[in-house]
Amino acid sequence: MTIMTIVIVGGILPKNVLLYVKNLSGGYKTTYGYFRAVDRVSLDLYLREIVGIVGESGSGKTTLLKLISSKGCISPLILEQGEIMVENVDASRISCEEWRKRVLGRELVYVPQAAYDAIYPYKKIWSFYKDMLKEHEVDIDSKETENQIKQDLARYIESVGLDTSILDRYPFELSGGMRQRTIIAIASSLRPSVLLLDEPTSALDVITQKRVLSTIAEIFEKGYIKSALMSSHDVASLRQLVHRIYVMYSGRIFEFADTDTVIKSPMHPYTQMLIESLEAFEGFKSYREYKPRVAYKSLTTIYDVWVLKGCKFHPRCPYASDVCRMEEPPTVEIGEGHHVMCWLYVKR
Amino acid sequence: MANKSKYYVSGYIRTHSIPAVIDVNLTIDKGEILALVGESGSGKTTLAKMILRLIKPSSGSILLHGRDIYSYPIELYYTMVQGIFQDPYTSFNPVKTILDSLMDAVSLKFKAGNKKINKVESLKTVESLLLKLGMNPSDILAKYPHELSGGQLQRILLARAFIIEPELLLADEPTSMIDASTRMAVLDMMFQLNREKATSIVFITHDLSQAFYVADKIAIMYRGRIVEYGERDEILSNPKSDYTRQLLSSIPKLSERWFKI
Repeated sequence: MTIMTIVIVGGILPKNVLLYVKNLSGGYKTTYGYFRAVDRVSLDLYLREIVGIVGESGSGKTTLLKLISSKGCISPLILEQGEIMVENVDASRISCEEWRKRVLGRELVYVPQAAYDAIYPYKKIWSFYKDMLKEHEVDIDSKETENQIKQDLARYIESVGLDTSILDRYPFELSGGMRQRTIIAIASSLRPSVLLLDEPTSALDVITQKRVLSTIAEIFEKGYIKSALMSSHDVASLRQLVHRIYVMYSGRIFEFADTDTVIKSPMHPYTQMLIESLEAFEGFKSYREYKPRVAYKSLTTIYDVWVLKGCKFHPRCPYASDVCRMEEPPTVEIGEGHHVMCWLYVKR
Repeated sequence: MANKSKYYVSGYIRTHSIPAVIDVNLTIDKGEILALVGESGSGKTTLAKMILRLIKPSSGSILLHGRDIYSYPIELYYTMVQGIFQDPYTSFNPVKTILDSLMDAVSLKFKAGNKKINKVESLKTVESLLLKLGMNPSDILAKYPHELSGGQLQRILLARAFIIEPELLLADEPTSMIDASTRMAVLDMMFQLNREKATSIVFITHDLSQAFYVADKIAIMYRGRIVEYGERDEILSNPKSDYTRQLLSSIPKLSERWFKI
């Protein structure tokens, strides 16, 4: 279903493209100067699709999601350049206020990392929903309307596999996993086109993680959301849910393809190392019987990766050659919908 | 180790105790790797802290070589038992350079052996050790902890353990704050310590597949109790408790997909 190059005619996206991001760069102002955390990222999200972004800490996953949702309106994050379009709304053409009113929460909902730890403790879950409706100028004028809205919400909460009694509970009465599932359910209750989830399962244990993932799957399957973009550092948990994976490193997209391709035949040396490091734990092997395939180069983190010339990965790459140190490789398509940014696959 | 429980006192107006670790019985042999698995709040860290003499057990005792751990002089005890923790950033003194932190370990070792410290010699020991572990001493030693990455710091903590050569190392989620690609390097160093110095390791994790990867024996904790304890192969092929079975089925794998959407 992937379209290789999206052609925008008269400011209107092709019908099945919900989110369109092109050459997006952004970052933060620090004491040491400007720090670019997201570097020329292009990404599309199609109708009925969940896309995963995988990358290690500091690779820019969170900043990317924040950039898309805030379009640079919230300091200290700065949007340097690039296009963002959500359901034919071009972010560059409307003001921050309009973006907040028309797009945020309706077409595009962002659930930050550890959102479950950030909800106001003295309010019942139900009143978060009320606040959200107020933000979207829904009038709750009488008791009857309120009851009606609450009943509708209860029905919805039940349909995604949660207990309706949570609506009258306080956040501290729920476990972390329950809170996370509730937040995701409430975030998608207005039927947004795009749901952005930042590490929805990090810091949860495996049993809870599975429950959160199945809530997301349920919401998607029942059509409450049209698409989702989800970041994680854990490929194995993304694999359970997402259709396509983008691999991010130092603010750049290194590789993207459908989930099976990324996992079964990763092409970028970084992706190979990443998948390899996970395969060690697959099938409950013991280290005594396990021999790694890829030789690990000393994994010292290179801090000046941001000012590096050439490919950002070359100090850690076992295949690095002179050209990698000099020039950044272009992104090439090597299979159907499989794109890699690496000199190994550039025909010269 | 026999019959320990630790009660945490909590509450502000009404005071009541929450048992964090209840009736735990474990033994660790020399050179053995034991993985302690459990979700958040299951008591695994409390257990580790009790073994490290950071918390006193409210009942029961912990024995090392048949002697109660509180009967050892504290400095001697810490040359025998060492711990590394989840967050490497909080494990270092932030105003000391890495060299100073490592030299502290050297002097602890020397003091316990009643030997005089020779600065030149111990600096040489530290440098050759770092080289052997694949780190560049000139890159690292003059730096402060905040200038290094989590993975590097975690490996320096392990280097510290190499200097002290403890008989038992408690590794409390040592890989949970570092990335998948760096994780292997940290684990490899741990295995090296186990192999070369015959150090017994208690590896604490919430990740069952990692536990199976590292361990000879596995103990699974749930709400303060050990619900499953035995050889790794036996637990894998024949889990006894429901909780273990639920855990085993909740681990995401690269080879399967749960949701057909």
